[in-house]
Amino acid sequence: MPVLARYTIKTALVHLALALVIGLALAAQSVFQLPAFIATLRPVFLHLLIVGWLTQLIFGVATWMFPKYSKEQPRGNPQLGWTVYLLLNLGLILRAIGEPLIVLQPGSIGGPSLVISALLQVTAGWLFIITIWPRVKER
Amino acid sequence: MPRLSVWMIRAALTHLGIGFLFGGLMLANKGVPFEPSLWRLLPVHIDLLLIGWLLQLAMGVAFWIAPRFSDRPRYGRAWLVWAAFILLNSGVLLNAWGDWSGTPVATFIGWCCILSAGLCFVIHLVPRIKPLAIT
Repeated sequence: MPVLARYTIKTALVHLALALVIGLALAAQSVFQLPAFIATLRPVFLHLLIVGWLTQLIFGVATWMFPKYSKEQPRGNPQLGWTVYLLLNLGLILRAIGEPLIVLQPGSIGGPSLVISALLQVTAGWLFIITIWPRVKER
Repeated sequence: MPRLSVWMIRAALTHLGIGFLFGGLMLANKGVPFEPSLWRLLPVHIDLLLIGWLLQLAMGVAFWIAPRFSDRPRYGRAWLVWAAFILLNSGVLLNAWGDWSGTPVATFIGWCCILSAGLCFVIHLVPRIKPLAIT
């Protein structure tokens, strides 16, 4: 398994664990009267699960297993692959910080961090499509 | 990779690109509000990413890698998956239009298409879930 796929899949597993912890905290909030800010993490929970875990796992497995791009560059441009990895995860981290901030401290850096997070994640998604598209091919 | 998987995976990637764009617009709008009506994209965003991206990608990859038959047609009744491909994409588009325009009938018909796509795919794939030695 190539290094990029290993990093991507292991990071996806970290997102899965984090999402499940947040899911537990969301469920526990009303039972144990935990701090109200935990409720602001619901979109973070959903996106860690769907984007950080599921989609990133797919990115990693596709990078590893899809038909080769060429003999010289079996997985296409490696720099693009690493850029996708970095942008996606930076975007998710910024979102995890910005979502509670925007509710708890309106007017703080929470707002701009969500805008940057959006830019990073959309760019990551499109770069992944550009990277993987030529590898989706008949033999 | 068979041609049908190429079509399904590329369609799934297209849904991913549009779904991410809509999600990004809504997230940016949440951070620095600039267009309140963008929130109407939320159900479209969810349909595109859960059905158009994740479900369709799973179908395309399953059609490619599930055990094949020794005799032709080696991929089984592929026409069922072609039907699923057309129904699923029509369903997602109808759903998206219905959600965006507030037309519940379009959303309902969209879901009927998606359900039919799922059934076609299940009927196709069940015989292929088998030990490799069985023809």
